[in-house]
Amino acid sequence: MDLSSINPILLLASLMVAATPILLAAIGELVVERAGVLNLGVEGMMITGAVCGFIIAVATGSPWLGFVGAAIGGAMLSLLFGVLTQFLLSNQVATGLALTLFGLGLSALMGQNYLGIRAPAFPDIHVPLLGDIPVIGPIVFQHDPMVYVGLFIVAAVWWFLNRTRAGLVLRAVGENHDAAHALGYHVRQTRLLAIMFGGACAGLGGAYLSLVRVPQWTEGMTAGAGWIALAIVVFASWRPGRLLLGAYIFGGVTVLQLNLQAAGLAVPVEYLSMSPYLATIAVLVIMSAGRAPGSLGRIFHAAR
Amino acid sequence: MKRRTLLATGVAAAALVATGLPALAQDKTKVGFVFVGPVGDGGWTYEHNQGRLAIEEEFGDAVETVFVESVPEGPDAVRVMQQMALDGADLIFTTSFGYMDQTMEVAAKFPDVKFEHATGFKTADNVSTYSARFYEGRAVQGHIAGNLTKSNVIGYIGSFPIPEVVRGINASFLAAKAVNPDVQFKIVWAYTWFDPAKEAEAANVLIEQGADVILQHTDSTAPQAAAQAAGNVYTFGQASDMAEYAPMPRVSSIIDNWGPYYVERTKAVMDGTWETQQVWEGIGDGMVGIGDITDAVPAEVKASAEALRDAIAAGETHPFTGPVNKQDGSVWLADGETADDGTLLGMNFYVEGIEGDIPQ
Repeated sequence: MDLSSINPILLLASLMVAATPILLAAIGELVVERAGVLNLGVEGMMITGAVCGFIIAVATGSPWLGFVGAAIGGAMLSLLFGVLTQFLLSNQVATGLALTLFGLGLSALMGQNYLGIRAPAFPDIHVPLLGDIPVIGPIVFQHDPMVYVGLFIVAAVWWFLNRTRAGLVLRAVGENHDAAHALGYHVRQTRLLAIMFGGACAGLGGAYLSLVRVPQWTEGMTAGAGWIALAIVVFASWRPGRLLLGAYIFGGVTVLQLNLQAAGLAVPVEYLSMSPYLATIAVLVIMSAGRAPGSLGRIFHAAR
Repeated sequence: MKRRTLLATGVAAAALVATGLPALAQDKTKVGFVFVGPVGDGGWTYEHNQGRLAIEEEFGDAVETVFVESVPEGPDAVRVMQQMALDGADLIFTTSFGYMDQTMEVAAKFPDVKFEHATGFKTADNVSTYSARFYEGRAVQGHIAGNLTKSNVIGYIGSFPIPEVVRGINASFLAAKAVNPDVQFKIVWAYTWFDPAKEAEAANVLIEQGADVILQHTDSTAPQAAAQAAGNVYTFGQASDMAEYAPMPRVSSIIDNWGPYYVERTKAVMDGTWETQQVWEGIGDGMVGIGDITDAVPAEVKASAEALRDAIAAGETHPFTGPVNKQDGSVWLADGETADDGTLLGMNFYVEGIEGDIPQ
């Protein structure tokens, strides 16, 4: 065993990259759940975003357009969920699970002709001056742009939920949809927008895998990242700040595990792969303060 | 009245099933494939699917092939195999080590269906095993890797700690050590055959820890992409040529060539001459191919690697030739002694010089 071969700076730097896809997916789901909707289809939306982003990036040669396409693709799929649950009043848990299965199949179908193709390169940006700071520079300021887009979205969601009137309405809809409806707010409309935002973010997270992290298209490439994102939302007790922490912890577990192995220390992988879920349960038990939005998962109908 | 009509229809339908369908089914030999990854993985499963297509090309309308991809190694595999057998498959290829017990279980229930299990070691009256001597290819890779590395650190992405993978690690290490005594292996277990994100991460970790050559025993091309992004890291194609990453980072590859074997076994079923056997073929038999060594490799290394390949193919050289000690320093092979197949098939130890433990 030689732990000195693990470079802590590179470890933290790769942690930021490894956490980005689950961070993106989780922040979208956080907004959805704060609006009172439980969408378990994150995995399906991620993988659909991954394939949409890849197809468009290959067709146009631009990773940026790929990310835009991924967001649209994820949002389109979530719109399906939105129509089913908000207008046809279907069960959210069952619909969400179905969305995951549907997304996995749909993406495999769409991606059939894109196997083994390489994605256009997406270079890292080396932030001038800041990137040259010793230690912190390589950790924080020498990544690809999407890492910063992810952080920006988290900050923007925090600001939106806590500092804007629209955010207050969204939270009201999530806490008690009957009261919000009585006050004249558009429950369905608010939720539909939240669902689409969640889909777009999940799509971005998936495209980060297919365009930056891997970078190529393969079926089933999200490999459970969507479920970890769902766990992080609960772990974070529906707060954006804690969500960032959770994503880095859970993203870090994978990277650390591989680093320890390469350094010659064998940690049973099973423990590490179940750790996100164990941590979530522990947090749920310990922090009774982390209360779920009041109307989470409940069906809203104006006439009832 | 209505019930009588229904009954009559039912009898007619049953008669039709009893007479018509089996006649149809006997026309074609049905060959089933159970794949562990998607056919588009660009590696292991892709090559097995090429073998399936070779059967279709050879026999045309006389055969019908079916496959199920991305079947998890576990109870799901039983369900898939059973369904194939019930649907009238005559011959079923189960193409991953982890299907071994499931294959045995289903084979016991369907004595008339022939099963072929890849890389396993259990057989029955209707179960054969087949595998390729990938370690011969690994030795060639190790030879090239040992010559190419400047940091003397070679990264190895393992899938599961099973004999086949351990054998590959040992074979490549011995060959690398032979040309570069200072070489060191860093081994990461991914615990998956196919998970591009995880494989990419594993490759990145190895590169961060100083590896400048990466060998993989997982099936996707993600490590190739990671090495390409890093720039000066060499890789080898696994199971398939992965030529889209040539000439750099992919400098050579091990190619599995299952087609001829699949055609031969399908023919045996058609002729009724199928018998249980355990096949283990290498470079010399053509089941293991060495992909084109690119110009990124110095000419003299390329020449010596090709010489090694040819010597192995001709049976003049065995990758496991003594003196070789086990990791704990005890003698495994005396000077000039070569390893027997039994030890190789059950290999569960590292040779001397490899650091770390095999996870249990």
